[in-house]
Amino acid sequence: MDFFDRFAIPHPSPIIYASMVAIGLTVIAIVAGLTYFKKWGYLWREWITTVDHKRIGIMYLLSALLMLFRGGVDALMMRAQTAVPENTLLEAQHYNEIFTTHGVVMIIFMAMAFIIALMNFVVPLQIGARDVAFPRLNNLSFWLYFMGAMLFNLSFVIGGSPSAGWTSYFPLAGNEFSESVGTNYYMLAIQISGIGTLMTGINFIATILKMRAPGMTLMKMPMFTWSALITNLIIVFAFPVLTVALAMGTMDRLFGSNFFTTSDGGMDMLWANLFWVWGHPEVYILILPAFGIYSEIIPTFARRNLYGYKSMVASMVLISLLSFFVWVHHFFTMGQGALVNSIFSISTMAIAVPTGIKIFNWLFTLWKGKIKITVPMLYSLGFLPIFTIGGVTGVMLGMSAADYQYHNTMFLVAHFHLVIIPGVVFAMIAGMTYWWPKMFGFMLNERIGKWTFWFIAGGTCLAFFPMFISGLDGQARRMYTYSEATGFGIWNMLSFIGALGLAAGFILIVYNVYYSTRYASRDIGDDPWDARSLEWATHNPVPEYNFAITPQVNSSEAFWDSKKNGHKLFKGPFKEIHMPNNSGMPFIMSILFFVLGFALVFSLWIVAIISLIGVFACLAHRSFEKDHGYHISVEEIEKTEAERGGAEHENR
Amino acid sequence: MKELFPRKQVMGFVFSLVLTAAALLVYFLDMSFAVGMTVLLVTAFIQAGLQFIVFMHAGETEDKGLIFTNIYYGLIIALVTVFGTLLAMVWGYV
Repeated sequence: MDFFDRFAIPHPSPIIYASMVAIGLTVIAIVAGLTYFKKWGYLWREWITTVDHKRIGIMYLLSALLMLFRGGVDALMMRAQTAVPENTLLEAQHYNEIFTTHGVVMIIFMAMAFIIALMNFVVPLQIGARDVAFPRLNNLSFWLYFMGAMLFNLSFVIGGSPSAGWTSYFPLAGNEFSESVGTNYYMLAIQISGIGTLMTGINFIATILKMRAPGMTLMKMPMFTWSALITNLIIVFAFPVLTVALAMGTMDRLFGSNFFTTSDGGMDMLWANLFWVWGHPEVYILILPAFGIYSEIIPTFARRNLYGYKSMVASMVLISLLSFFVWVHHFFTMGQGALVNSIFSISTMAIAVPTGIKIFNWLFTLWKGKIKITVPMLYSLGFLPIFTIGGVTGVMLGMSAADYQYHNTMFLVAHFHLVIIPGVVFAMIAGMTYWWPKMFGFMLNERIGKWTFWFIAGGTCLAFFPMFISGLDGQARRMYTYSEATGFGIWNMLSFIGALGLAAGFILIVYNVYYSTRYASRDIGDDPWDARSLEWATHNPVPEYNFAITPQVNSSEAFWDSKKNGHKLFKGPFKEIHMPNNSGMPFIMSILFFVLGFALVFSLWIVAIISLIGVFACLAHRSFEKDHGYHISVEEIEKTEAERGGAEHENR
Repeated sequence: MKELFPRKQVMGFVFSLVLTAAALLVYFLDMSFAVGMTVLLVTAFIQAGLQFIVFMHAGETEDKGLIFTNIYYGLIIALVTVFGTLLAMVWGYV
């Protein structure tokens, strides 16, 4: 039995056993359902092997929502545990595991997946391309991310979850203080999905630089595409640091090397340093696409063009550069001297300048606009004040002398949730609602959507504003309980109520999807929002080739020009279209990566070596494979276009 | 015949072997830490440049501006990371 002992959970509790049963039943239900309805073939042909950026985007979206609920349940349990003093709902170890997985799941597997989902779906359409530059790589990116996410979630039921915080600082994360395999899961799962993210970065840079429609110069790109370009540049420059840090951490834990140990020449602080060299740009990887989404939504519903296009671009470029110059502000209290802290304080505060420019540009776009309050617009309007409060408290934290007061308190927790939630979650829900008709051919219900907004915005404020107060009163983050005499009880109870409000909001989103799928009108045309950029110039649902004729672009709002100023988007006759073939290889390769990761977590060397050989065999196979894709004939295009109607072509 | 023989590539290959050999000397010869690091850094940067220009064809296409901008940007980020880390962990640490 020795061999199987290692797979047991080190600190079992009834909650974990109940979840095991729930997970088992769900898996059985999914498998049984797919078999009963004979959907395995459909799933394989149309989704798992797809290289279509739109379908990959939708798969990312579904995974992100799934992870949002996993991370959300973690959050609710944390808030429930701390809602009253001396609570015994969770044990200390279980609480540590929950805040660790909450952080990792929300950042790496929810927020990243959500931004990549929208980039995947929208960017090729916005630049008038047929697909991304490397469609098969895109599929591989998704499956690596997905397998990484699944590997991480597996830790919950096999071997135990990581419990050293989402930052996983050494020496706490070393073998001496984290004996279970939890931190191995952390290192390997993030590594696998990180490889996928890096590929996405390269893929989208190539796509945006090389595949824009004729006439679309860099300075005529829609703002979301600009933000995607900058984001992917940051990904390519920041993620290798994480890759290296994780590899070093893995070696410390599995092979007894001494990179981050406190003895034998190791330097534990180097982990924190490398983690934040990646971690701070990561923050901007999450926020810039959100800025891009708001820059699409606000002009659409303020019925004005975006104010200050050039300054928007310049501020994003500046943010991307500055994001690499500030990482030390995450550990001002680690012992550096005043000189170092001052340098990084100043660079931190400098970031507030380009961010402020963007805020003012959005306000000036709203100024004298004919504002239409729709659900995406509500989220954008809610974002401006809440994000500004979160951002300004960030500047407070950025002052290194004062930071000694705030460091590791709930004040910090309040700050980063109040930037990430309006910055990323609001933007993603807004973007999802905005592009939903392009993805699925119907609109989400506006009335339910507005209720959802008020629950989510109200919940966010109620959940996180009290933390500013309890944090300044001295409540440390990651404390699983506290005594009544501290007086933190009331603030934490308010937070818990806010968290319930957020939960209600997310349940309403699910209900809205269900309700709209059943009752929403399918007869909405191609451009239900009266929008401005190219993705609305093609049909609903979008044909697999996106545009029958490559559009000609003259400004950053080419579609608007074609509607209002008589610009002709589609010139010339239909031509045969060359498309890439689907492939099962990326999926197989990702399964091998999953097995490799699992084997390394538990030091099953033979399995690890075999799966690694399998990965290389897949790479070799790809090198010698001849796959020239397929062609869609003119007749077929004519048929599809006639069926879907919509935008005008010269042929008709 | 002149077009058929990839003279530049062969020369580049030989030169990169020479650079590798020079870097190896640091291990085999008994030199001071400072001299050793200097040799390693200099040969590493020349080697990287050689690979970019000769074997990865940077600068041979129309978009060479983009390529070199990217390389310089990457170089800046790398240097900031390395020297920032040294500053925070070693020089500025009290």
